Amino acid sequence: MVDKETKTTLNKTTGLPRKRFYRARAHSNPLSDSHFPIPLFPSQFDYSQHYPHFFPASSENASNKKIQFADIGCGFGGLLVSLSTLFPDTLMIGMEIRDKVTEYVKERILGLRATNPGQYQNVSVVRTNSMKYIPNYFEKGQLTKMFFLFPDPHFKEKNHRRRVISPHLLDEYAYALAVGGIIYTMTDVEELGEWMKGCLEDHPMFETLTEEELKADPVVKLLSSATEEGQKVARNGGQTFRAVYRRITPSQ
Amino acid sequence: MAEAADTPMEEGGESTKELEVAPALIAVNPSQQSVVVAVGSDLRVYDLREGCAASLVDESDKSFHKDSIRAIRYGVNGKLLVSAGDDKLVKIWSTDSWHCIGTVSCEKRVSAAAISNDGHYVCFADKFGVVWVVNLEEKDGTFSLVNEKAAPMLSHYCSIITSLEFSPSGCYIVSADRDYKIRVTVMPKRPLNGAHEIHCFCLGHSEFVSCLDFISSPDFQEGYLVSGSGDSTAGLIDSIEREEEQFCAVTDLCVVPNSTLIAVAIQSFKGIVLLSCNVSAKSVSFTKVVSITGETFSPTCLGMSSSEDLLWMVMGISKLPGLDCSSLVRVRAMSGFKRISEGEPIMLEDNEMPGGQKLLEKLQGSVSIEESVYVAASEALKKAMSKLLIKKHYSVENRETRKRTRNDKKFKQ
Repeated sequence: MVDKETKTTLNKTTGLPRKRFYRARAHSNPLSDSHFPIPLFPSQFDYSQHYPHFFPASSENASNKKIQFADIGCGFGGLLVSLSTLFPDTLMIGMEIRDKVTEYVKERILGLRATNPGQYQNVSVVRTNSMKYIPNYFEKGQLTKMFFLFPDPHFKEKNHRRRVISPHLLDEYAYALAVGGIIYTMTDVEELGEWMKGCLEDHPMFETLTEEELKADPVVKLLSSATEEGQKVARNGGQTFRAVYRRITPSQ
Repeated sequence: MAEAADTPMEEGGESTKELEVAPALIAVNPSQQSVVVAVGSDLRVYDLREGCAASLVDESDKSFHKDSIRAIRYGVNGKLLVSAGDDKLVKIWSTDSWHCIGTVSCEKRVSAAAISNDGHYVCFADKFGVVWVVNLEEKDGTFSLVNEKAAPMLSHYCSIITSLEFSPSGCYIVSADRDYKIRVTVMPKRPLNGAHEIHCFCLGHSEFVSCLDFISSPDFQEGYLVSGSGDSTAGLIDSIEREEEQFCAVTDLCVVPNSTLIAVAIQSFKGIVLLSCNVSAKSVSFTKVVSITGETFSPTCLGMSSSEDLLWMVMGISKLPGLDCSSLVRVRAMSGFKRISEGEPIMLEDNEMPGGQKLLEKLQGSVSIEESVYVAASEALKKAMSKLLIKKHYSVENRETRKRTRNDKKFKQ
C-alpha cells in the first residue's frame, strides 16, 4: 500500500476542481443510450436540486423562474461561469454528455458558490444527451438563449447526421426557444462553420442578426474568450467561425 | 455498434434473417369496401364491394414486397392504400383498380406510414427516425405519384417511429416513437420543404408508444389524441396531463368512429378492453372488457371503417418457428358498439362476417386453424413485438465485444 499524500481533486487555494482529475476523451457517442436519468417531462425536472437558493426545500419561498439559457455541450463550464455573473437573475444550465466532464463542472460550480457567497446560484449542469432530450427539459418557448460552441464536427459524411446542429434538430431547438430567443454557434472548423450557418440560414424559423445587433450583444465576445475551447483556439492562433441567429415566427 | 443499436433488426453478426418474424397487420377501408391483411411480405386484399378476393397488380421494377410489411394504411378518402416495410419500399395502391400507382424507395427499413386526409401526401418513417413525404396529384378522381423521390419532412432523432397519424382536420401530423415521445407538428403548406414547426410534444409515457388514434368531435375540429404504450397505459393526451387506464403493454388501439369509445388490444390478452373518454372532463374510464372464448385469439392489430359498427381484428405472424413452413393469420370481427349501453359487443361467427368464408379464405389463407398453432403463434408474437418495440440493451462488456466485430457495412441488395 503506497502512502501517497492525499491527492484531493480540489485545488487548495481556489477550492476549485483540478482539471487533470477530470480528463475525458473529447468524443462521446451521441447515439448510444448511456443510462442517466432524464425527466419524463419538464415539470418533473428537479429545480430544487440544481438551484437550491432559488428553490429551497420548503416550497413557500420557491421562485417561479424557469431556466432561460442552455449551453449545449458546455464542456468545462467556462461560458456558464462568465454568464452567471453577467446575468445574475437568470437561471441557466449546461448540458454535457461526458460523465467526468459533468462532474468537473458540478464541482466547479459548488466551489465557486462556496468561495463567492450569493453568487453562482443561478447556474447548474446536467449530464444528458441534448440531441434526444431537449423537450424533456424545456417547455415550448422557454429558452431565450441557446449555445452550441465548438461542437463535435463529425467529419465523415455518413456521420453528418450526428451533428448537433442539423436541419431536423433545429426544429426542436426552435421549439424550445421563445420567439426572439437567440441561438449562438461557434467552431474553429471552417466546414462545420459553413454547415451550421447553412442549416440556420435555410431554416424558416431563424433569421440572422445584423452586425449592429451582434456588436450590441455582450454575450457575443464571450463566445471565444470565455470557453476553454475558444481560449485554446486563440492560443494556437486559429480562426473561429460564428453564426448567431434569432428565432422568429415562420411566415406562412 | 452505434448502427446496431439504432437498427436492432440488423443486430448480430449472425444473419438473423431467417428468424425475422413479423406480426400480421389489418386495415379496413373507411367505407368498408375492402379489408387488407399483411403477413410477412404477403399483401392480401378482399374486396367486399365486389364480393371476391382482389388481385393486386404491380408492374413496377420492384414488384410486390420482398420482405416483411410493417405498415398498411388506407387514406381517409378510401381511394388509396399504402404498404411499406423491411424491403425498404413504400408502395401506393389505388383501391379502385388495385394497381400499384407508385413505389418509393427508402434507404432504411420503414416502420410506419400514413396518407394525408386529402390524399395528396404519403408520409413514411424510416429506422433513423426520419419522416419522409411524397407528393401525389389527383386528376378526375385518380391519383398518381408526382415524384418517386421522397423529401425528408421531420425527424425524431435516432428513435424508431411506431405510429404516424394525421389529425382529423389535417392541420397536424402526429408521430410517436419507441423513446416514449409523441410529437405534434404543424403540417405546412409545402410539406416537401419540411415540417419545421413543432406544435407540442406529448410526454409522459414511460415506455415505447405503440399506437395513436384520434377521437373526432363536432365541437373540437382538431380532435382528441389517444395513445397506447408499453408502459401499460392507454388514454387521452392533453399535452401534459394524461388520463389513463393501466394494464399490460398495449399493442394497438382503435377509436370507434362517431363515439368516444376506444377499443384496446393488449399483449397476450384474449379479448378487447373498451375505454370510454369524457373529453370535456378529460377523463378515461373502463367500460367493458370483452373476452374472446373458444380459440386462443389475442388480437395484435385492429381496424374499423368509419361507417360500419364492426371492429376487425387480426392475430397473426409471418413465421412459426418449429412449424417453419406456414404463417398464421386469424381474422375476427366484433360488433355492437353502437348499443354499448344495452349490452356487450359480440364476436361474430365466421359465417356471420361480411364476406364470410370467402373473405376468411383469402385473408387467412385457410379456413380452419388448429389450437396448437394458436398457442405457438402467441409465444412467437410476444417475442416479435418485444423485438420491434423495446430497444435492446447491451451490457458494457457485451458492447465492447460487439464494437470489435463491426457489422455495419452495407450489404449487397
